[in-house]
Amino acid sequence: MKKNVFGIFGLLVTVFVITAIADPNFLSAYNMQNTAKWSSLYGVMSIGVAFVIITGGIDLSIGSVVGLVAVVLSFFTKIQGLDPIVAIGLTLLMSVLIGLIHGLLITKAKLQPFVVTLCGLLIYRSLSRWLTDNQSLGPVPLEGDLGFENLEQILMLDFLFSGQIPIGDFFKLPTPALFLLVLAIAGSVFLRKTIWGRYLYALGNNEDGARYSGIDTDRMKIVAYVLCSFFAGIAGILFAFELGSVQPAQTGEFYELFAIAAAVLGGCSLRGGEGSILGVIIAAAVIRIIFNSINMVGISTHLEFGILGVVILLGVIGDEMLKKKMAERQVAASEKLAAELSEKSKNNENLD
Amino acid sequence: MSSDSGLLLEVKDLKKSFPGVLALKGVSLTLGKGEVISLIGENGAGKSTLMKILAGVQPADSGDYYIDGQKVDFKNVREAMDLGIALIHQELNLAANLDLASNIFLGREPGSKGFINEQKLHTEATRHLKRVGLNLPSETIAGSLPIGKQQLVEIAKALSCNARVLIMDEPTSSLSQKETETLFEVVKGLRDEGISVIYISHRLGEVKELSDRVTVFRDGENAGELAKDEINHDNMVRLMVGRELSEFYDREIHKPGDCVLKASNVVSPTYPEVPVSIEVRAGEIVGIAGLVGAGRTELLQTFFGVTPSLGGELEVQGVRFSPRSPADAVHAGLALAPEDRKHHGLVLPMTVRENASLPSLERDQNMGILDHSKEKEIANVAVEQMKIKTPSIEQAARFLSGGNQQKIVLGKWLAMNPKLLMLDEPTRGIDIGAKREIYKLMEKLAGKGIAILFVSSEMEEVLGMADRVYVMHEGGISGELQKNQMSEESIMQLATGGSLEA
Repeated sequence: MKKNVFGIFGLLVTVFVITAIADPNFLSAYNMQNTAKWSSLYGVMSIGVAFVIITGGIDLSIGSVVGLVAVVLSFFTKIQGLDPIVAIGLTLLMSVLIGLIHGLLITKAKLQPFVVTLCGLLIYRSLSRWLTDNQSLGPVPLEGDLGFENLEQILMLDFLFSGQIPIGDFFKLPTPALFLLVLAIAGSVFLRKTIWGRYLYALGNNEDGARYSGIDTDRMKIVAYVLCSFFAGIAGILFAFELGSVQPAQTGEFYELFAIAAAVLGGCSLRGGEGSILGVIIAAAVIRIIFNSINMVGISTHLEFGILGVVILLGVIGDEMLKKKMAERQVAASEKLAAELSEKSKNNENLD
Repeated sequence: MSSDSGLLLEVKDLKKSFPGVLALKGVSLTLGKGEVISLIGENGAGKSTLMKILAGVQPADSGDYYIDGQKVDFKNVREAMDLGIALIHQELNLAANLDLASNIFLGREPGSKGFINEQKLHTEATRHLKRVGLNLPSETIAGSLPIGKQQLVEIAKALSCNARVLIMDEPTSSLSQKETETLFEVVKGLRDEGISVIYISHRLGEVKELSDRVTVFRDGENAGELAKDEINHDNMVRLMVGRELSEFYDREIHKPGDCVLKASNVVSPTYPEVPVSIEVRAGEIVGIAGLVGAGRTELLQTFFGVTPSLGGELEVQGVRFSPRSPADAVHAGLALAPEDRKHHGLVLPMTVRENASLPSLERDQNMGILDHSKEKEIANVAVEQMKIKTPSIEQAARFLSGGNQQKIVLGKWLAMNPKLLMLDEPTRGIDIGAKREIYKLMEKLAGKGIAILFVSSEMEEVLGMADRVYVMHEGGISGELQKNQMSEESIMQLATGGSLEA
């Protein structure tokens, strides 16, 4: 597992160094802060989908959940004048319910995850547009915006979710990075140190095998989908405060593909059973830096998706090769042992 | 080199290894024209591996083949068939929705330019069907035939490819007595036509009836040959086991304790019309015999909550028990070592440690946090107790041999101290050393008062290990035999739907 992270970390360093050499402005404090901020926002979202992908499932609705959460939060605070903390609680609850519905449909109604979450993608996006009549709005007052209740609280939350904390004289740490740090640690502990994390890996590798070992595999799959939507919900809140203005038709669009790309590039297999949080968030950073670098180096932005596609392909191919090597090593160890044992039993027979 | 011995097929010094196990350690086999030989041996002796190699399904590591004295070589099923070798699979491979003629000529349809010559297809197919005694229209849909007739269609298919050597792997494992008799008539008829047959079976009675010669494998090596007049039960078992039977199946009868599992009119979803009642007591080893497809695996799965029962009552140590999932069964103290180890028994990509500890994690947790030291301890105990041969407990289970994989499965359940251990074909595909250890373990666990219920298709295993046996036929219990009533004949009688008095 650790070795897999080396690969993606190497890629991060490579992309980082190449970009820094091509344009030293990349290293400017402002650009670094920006990179950290966007990497963190995408990272939070990608952690969520990692849980689902580890079980061998998929969630295509993440982008729409991000959009819906951002829209509903803005709707509650701006239009309804709800206490913003209550509003945040309600939107997170909504994201958990969405995940619960996905999980129940997939485990109890035995629908395919692809289908369930594809329908989710369509439904939540249109809900966002319908709820707002497709007008953009935001959770924080923009210039000239009047009529916000609880302004003080909102400004405080705005700082919490999209503020900057000065570190030293030059660098200001964007607060989403702190969210990423806390959530990544929590996610890693869950996957690596708890029995439920082990169950997710086990069922991702072999659902029947896990079930026959007495694991409630349906419940664990539901947990994975709930976590995925919940992380998308947190990302939605972060995005809403960061953007200030939420476009019901566009906010979060295609984000599921970024999250899935980050998970795959970070070492998750879509077959399930593999992956780590660290790998996924490093991959999310790689993807952000590639976009950043395309802009800075002056490559046509029309090519940015193409370049991303090629990088992911190369990364996954490299990963497969590495895995094959490691498998060969294990086979060799088994064969050596078998040879030794058969040698030994021959000797014993001779002694008899 | 060419050997001029009048042999149709000769195999010399064939070797094959799989990760972690030498399946064939240099075996030889000869087959004359128009000869029926039986290849026998315990599970894991290497019979199926040899057959798969001969049929071109798998390549050998090394070894030579001669047909009519000429050295030949083949790399795949196609090339083996061109040489006249055809394997009749244990699992039938007919396309259920196609008619018989299309099945027989699948991939070799007569005709030209992509168009099928329907008339030729059906006349040719009918000719081959007649050779195996099937007077059926060639337009019959394959899936509508009972399994015994489907098997004859498979043979017709092989004949249509001009097969000279038919390999039959456990052909009778799901056939009724009558179907078996028909099959034997067909095989004898083909023999008289000059076709040679390699017959693999666990049923020594059948082997005796059918064979001109018997070749015995043990642990990937030739263990001996029996000429026609030497073929009898004792000789076959002696060569298969390599020692006296009583030594191999080392059983002590324990005085059975209280009833651990009691099933009253339990109904498995596969046979919803047939309720089943059985009882297993502490310290008892109870076998379930029957043909493949008799509903034995489904019954164990129902007890284990994989497919919940549709009716009746289950009791574990007198307490009402209705499992909706394996998790429920595990909580009640049941354990199942399933037939399909690779898909149900283990999580193959995970390590020995992770597999061995999987059911125990919940018990050994501390607020959800894994207890790593406990986990290692469980794995180490399993490796030591079960003599699992692995480079380390961090080795992925998929790189171990079948026998060692089965030991991991048993190890993980032993860590749970089950009240009832169910084993489904516990020694299928396992080498003889591991087999013996598994039998010893079953004996030891029974001695500790654990109730053991096992399903087996291997007659010697049932006769050797069970204190008592239930025989199943078409989903129901067709009879119960005490130790002194158990014999190959009495079990087969019940398994094929007969009764003991008949």
